[in-house]
Amino acid sequence: MRIFKGHDKPVKALDNVSIYIDEGEIFGLLGPNGAGKTTLIKILTTLLLPTSGEAYVGGFDVARESHKVRRIISLVSGGETPGYGILSASENLWFFSQLYGLSSSAAKAEIKRLMADLEFDDYAETRMSRLSTGYKQRLNLARGLLSKPEILFLDEPTLGLDVLTSKKLRSYIVDWAKKERKGTVLLTTHYMAEADEMCDRVAIIDRGKILACDSPLKLKEKLEKNVIMKAEVSSVQADFGFLDKMKGVVGYSQTRSIQTNTTSLKVMVREERIFSDIVSKLEEQNQKILSVNRAEPTLEDVYISLVGRGFEEENVS
Amino acid sequence: MMMRENVLLNMRAAYARLWVRIKGGNREPQWLIAETIIPIITLSAYIFLYKMVKAPPEYSGFVIIGGTMMAFWSNVLWNMSAQFYWEKEVGNLEVYLVAPISRMAILLGMALGGFVNTTLRAVAVFIAGMYIFQVPFAIYEPLTALLIFFLTIGALYALGMMFASLFMLYGREAWHTANLLQEPIQFLSGTYYPTTSQVVPFMVQLLSSLIPLTFGLDGIRKVAILGLGISDVWPNIVALAVFTLVLLPLARQALRFMENLGKKEGRLTLRWQ
Repeated sequence: MRIFKGHDKPVKALDNVSIYIDEGEIFGLLGPNGAGKTTLIKILTTLLLPTSGEAYVGGFDVARESHKVRRIISLVSGGETPGYGILSASENLWFFSQLYGLSSSAAKAEIKRLMADLEFDDYAETRMSRLSTGYKQRLNLARGLLSKPEILFLDEPTLGLDVLTSKKLRSYIVDWAKKERKGTVLLTTHYMAEADEMCDRVAIIDRGKILACDSPLKLKEKLEKNVIMKAEVSSVQADFGFLDKMKGVVGYSQTRSIQTNTTSLKVMVREERIFSDIVSKLEEQNQKILSVNRAEPTLEDVYISLVGRGFEEENVS
Repeated sequence: MMMRENVLLNMRAAYARLWVRIKGGNREPQWLIAETIIPIITLSAYIFLYKMVKAPPEYSGFVIIGGTMMAFWSNVLWNMSAQFYWEKEVGNLEVYLVAPISRMAILLGMALGGFVNTTLRAVAVFIAGMYIFQVPFAIYEPLTALLIFFLTIGALYALGMMFASLFMLYGREAWHTANLLQEPIQFLSGTYYPTTSQVVPFMVQLLSSLIPLTFGLDGIRKVAILGLGISDVWPNIVALAVFTLVLLPLARQALRFMENLGKKEGRLTLRWQ
């Protein structure tokens, strides 16, 4: 458990969290902003102490054996660019390699290999301050992998990156964990696709509590008795408040697009006929329904089924 | 991990941090011009004042040595202690804390790198001061002068490591503390005047005796300007050695305590405090 003081009252950032991650597993923590993902990762990387309870990494107690934990881990936080802007990309990597005791020659060979693998060797001599966000994040990931950690912690590793760069980084991390290093990865993300694509198992976390934990496939299988429908409504002002009280509705999420003046509604219902009632209600509101289709369950739907709402609504509130 | 491996790891980390500082300094040589000219202007004002009141010529030498040593104190305060605040803001502190190294190794690297860079500035101030104001130096025991100089540097950087622990935990609040330590230390240590003079009130003398820089400045002045030897400055040497021996372990404890407190309160990696 982890409680922060907070401005007005204590904030329970983690509440009775209990997870076990197997060696060689890519484990995802999926939840909206403020769910407690980063707090958990900070505890596991020895940057924060739990208020109560214990945590072990590689068999070592994070509170009492932090020095042993630090030898086998590495942390890469998305949106962060540790290093010195005045130094080049390769100079920064050499500097960080020295914090893990790599010999200079071994470090230089590893830096060369990682830069080539992550496709930014053309920027080896470019000052870090002049690198684009995508290349800075590649540099950040290379830094995390330099020390060949047994356990890699990735806190929102593709935050703010374009689709192509995100995809490249994801596939590189999976290859690293499964083929090259055979290391363990703990990944936090609020991107459903990222968790679905990369993780062997996923824990869904909300307001400091683990709500479910299983493989993405099994989590989605549990939803098979429900029906997921998607509807596109031609207004950004559509009011879906009636869904909160409607019987048979498991949960819903909405995404508004100002550009197209449309709202995309995703609703999970117990029976298909309930969706007909929803359509009728929308028509009563004079909402124009542009399209309706049935959707395959995703991890977002797992979250909706557990919490009753989507990530977007959490972020807005 | 074996003790030898641990020492090697920390030495590598310290060297790497030193390398960053020197490399960074060399890439922006403009800092050398500003950091040399500004202290010369300040010490010129004091030298003109002493000349106006017809003070003995040694006083100009006192001022030049004070200005030279002040460069090191500024470096300790702003480029080592306060540096932890900046490192925290850009995410480097988090990387240091997750790495299997001692925080003292990083600070040692910063201190050594800062020392090399500042020595360039200090030498420039010293030489310029000597040429412009024709200050008479009388160094008969250069080894004694060097011993006092290095002991002073050791004590100052140990003090800086202690202040770094504040910056590890606090943010802008610690910045004010650093500001508070700049001018009062300059005043109390007698950067531009000798604190041993009878006109300096007893309380000021007492307070100044708590600062390692006071003993360093006094010792170097005695050896370099007044031509005195080790038999006259041994109390300074003892005081500086005691300061270093006490402050270094104290700094280590302070870092450990503050890191632990930061982990408990969740403030270690908290930005924009």
